[in-house]
Amino acid sequence: MTALLRGGAFDPWQELAQIEAGFVKGKHGACASFVGTMRDFNVGDSVHSMILEHYPEMTQQFLDTICIEAARRWSLIDCLIVHRYGEIKPGEPIVLTAAWSAHRAEAFDACRFLIEELKARAPFWKKETTDTGERWVHDAPDE
Amino acid sequence: MMQLKVKFFASLSEQTGFTETTVDTDSPSTVLDAWQLATGDQTMPVNTLCAINMTYAHLDDSISDGDEVAFFPPVTGGCA
Repeated sequence: MTALLRGGAFDPWQELAQIEAGFVKGKHGACASFVGTMRDFNVGDSVHSMILEHYPEMTQQFLDTICIEAARRWSLIDCLIVHRYGEIKPGEPIVLTAAWSAHRAEAFDACRFLIEELKARAPFWKKETTDTGERWVHDAPDE
Repeated sequence: MMQLKVKFFASLSEQTGFTETTVDTDSPSTVLDAWQLATGDQTMPVNTLCAINMTYAHLDDSISDGDEVAFFPPVTGGCA
């Protein structure tokens, strides 16, 4: 179970390959992964860049906790979270969640659990730069 | 005497003018007391979230000497 915070760009496919390189071959039948990527638009505005602020110690602790919880709920071989912080440009990956298991159901469910829990409660905050200046995403009107 | 570390994140840091401060108090305190002491009774925005020692908490939860109390707006991690 691995949760990583990255201050620079990352390649999600390389992250997945690195984890799988450590597996005993033939033991997992399924890998479900989710990659969240920065859009160049939000609530009707063009977005040029974004600063992702976080509460480092609490964020790491929270991500570790949801990995452990996923492994408790489902029969997993492994799971992974990678999340960016700092300045991000459109098209760059923001987050990767992945789960490996013997069968697809556990992998799908665990992968979805990781991203939904992270989105709901992990202490990250986005500040977007648009044509009209900067704004915190939690202050922006809902889409 | 009790000493607390108080942290503010994102828009709350900009609004209060603090990222991190230390407050002293000599009476039993709650998370809300920590906000009032640290900000000089600034108005707390609706939907403010808080944590004690990096675990989500409520405004009426008690705090102890040496605790780290954090205040932040609704979280917006992940994507889409």
